[in-house]
Amino acid sequence: MPVEIDIAKVANLARIALTEEELTRYGSQLEDILVHAERVQGLPTEGVEPTSHPLPLVNGFRPDETDECLDRDSFLSQAPDSSDGQFRVPRILG
Amino acid sequence: MTNADVQTWAAVIGIETHVELSTKSKMFCGRRADIPDEPNTASCPACLAPPGAPPVPNEQAIEGIVTIGTALGCTINESSLFYRKNYFYPDLPKNYQISQYTFPVCEFGSLDVEVDGEPTTIGITRVHMEEDTGKSSHVGGGDGRIHDADHTLLDFNRAGVPLVEIVTEPDIRSPEQARAYGAELQRIVRALGVSDAKLEAGSMRFDANVSVRRAGTETLGTRTETKNVNSLRSLQRAIAFEIDRQIGVLEDGGVIVQETRHWNEDTGATSSMRTKEESEDYRYFQDPDLLPLEVSAEWRERVKASLPELPAQMRARFRNAGVDAVTAEILVDSAELAELFEAAVAGGAPGKLIGNWLTGEAIAWSRREEIEVNESDLTAEHLIELATMIEDGKLSSTAGKDVLTAAMAGEGAPHDIAAARDLLQVSDEGAILEAVDMVLADNPDAVDKIAAGDDKPIGFLMGQVMRHMGGKADPTIVKQILRDRTKGA
Repeated sequence: MPVEIDIAKVANLARIALTEEELTRYGSQLEDILVHAERVQGLPTEGVEPTSHPLPLVNGFRPDETDECLDRDSFLSQAPDSSDGQFRVPRILG
Repeated sequence: MTNADVQTWAAVIGIETHVELSTKSKMFCGRRADIPDEPNTASCPACLAPPGAPPVPNEQAIEGIVTIGTALGCTINESSLFYRKNYFYPDLPKNYQISQYTFPVCEFGSLDVEVDGEPTTIGITRVHMEEDTGKSSHVGGGDGRIHDADHTLLDFNRAGVPLVEIVTEPDIRSPEQARAYGAELQRIVRALGVSDAKLEAGSMRFDANVSVRRAGTETLGTRTETKNVNSLRSLQRAIAFEIDRQIGVLEDGGVIVQETRHWNEDTGATSSMRTKEESEDYRYFQDPDLLPLEVSAEWRERVKASLPELPAQMRARFRNAGVDAVTAEILVDSAELAELFEAAVAGGAPGKLIGNWLTGEAIAWSRREEIEVNESDLTAEHLIELATMIEDGKLSSTAGKDVLTAAMAGEGAPHDIAAARDLLQVSDEGAILEAVDMVLADNPDAVDKIAAGDDKPIGFLMGQVMRHMGGKADPTIVKQILRDRTKGA
């Protein structure tokens, strides 16, 4: 196998609990993707300009202007819990 | 621990500074960026991150970071990229912060500071653009600390406010240098007008990376990062504490753990924040929602050409005007005093005298009366008039100080105040001559002594003349005339 991947570590970093069976299944799927990436990396790219974005565009700025905020209740009401105009979440375990 | 122990160790310090830019709107959306008090009244789609709310960068914020980078002598990269810094904490609902990683906007700058007359250049590794996080309040469990809280409340008004991070090289060697760096950076950011840079309000925040090693060695020790430093004084104290603590641990044969520590202002100590089980792995990757940033040569040149005068240039100018280092520092830190100073000196008044008045009597009066100097009635014209009166011998320098504070209190122009208070000195030689001759005639013994080469009675005679003149003769002229008249005796 050309590419090793620590699927358990990746799952832990993403805070996703996976079963043993899922670890094997997703592990092999991710490996397929990495194998493909490795194949792409092997292509002859001499003389090709490096690019960081598929579109030939830059910046896409917005002028520094403000607009109105939505009514607070409209989004707080969609949260599982709220109080005092704030989102309320379980205590943070650090 | 003895001083001898401390001297065998050397500290290595680097500082990360976060500065909130004072743009009207947030970094990636049009919500107001001035962080209103009422929770969640400036927090909607792009700040709350429902699917399909894309970030659109604020041009003014990019102008702000380019301005900061230029002032710090950085290379402004023509092309730079936004990355996602992934982490799990509810202060950013996206589960990532938009930041920069490789290819920041600015790199390779420097900042000069001076401590006790010793100049140092501190390298600036990078200056990058990111977004601020929301505010979390840990509720229940007593003192609001995270560990024993019952639940957490989230206000996203601050989430997405443009944030610039300025990272130094580990070039700082003492807590005093760290403080000088923080102070100078704050002055620069304020002079640029890109942020109010208020430490107590959190619009400027420091994290201090500290390690120690044996003096004379090159290998770096393990470092800790201290957070929650909310003033320049705390920055100095926290670093001093951390250096001492690390030396203590190493002297006792222990090891320094790489960790984040929390500065507690009340106890004057740092303490370990929860150590993460796994080393931090933010899985940075380029944010596909954002285009590459391009700061053209033309843009870079325009920012460079429009930079205001920086504190270091101002300081040098004040020193050249004859002001000492301490006074120059006070003037640099006070736009109001500096403005009065510059106007008075431009009008021909001597810099040293004006500087001493403003930073001495004027500030003392201002504190006593609880009125800012620039809100008093003192004008640059007053300062010029007063300085001229002293130069011309119309006023003693002691009386000049009283006239100055009277002018601040609104008693009028210096000459009028001096006249009204009967402080004007007589420099009319005729009147002084008359008094001198009268005193000499009354004191033939003293005249004889002086004629015999004993100068001591001169002081006594001066006192007599001043008494005759009601204390208002210009002492320089009195002394000169006394010498002339007794020489021929």
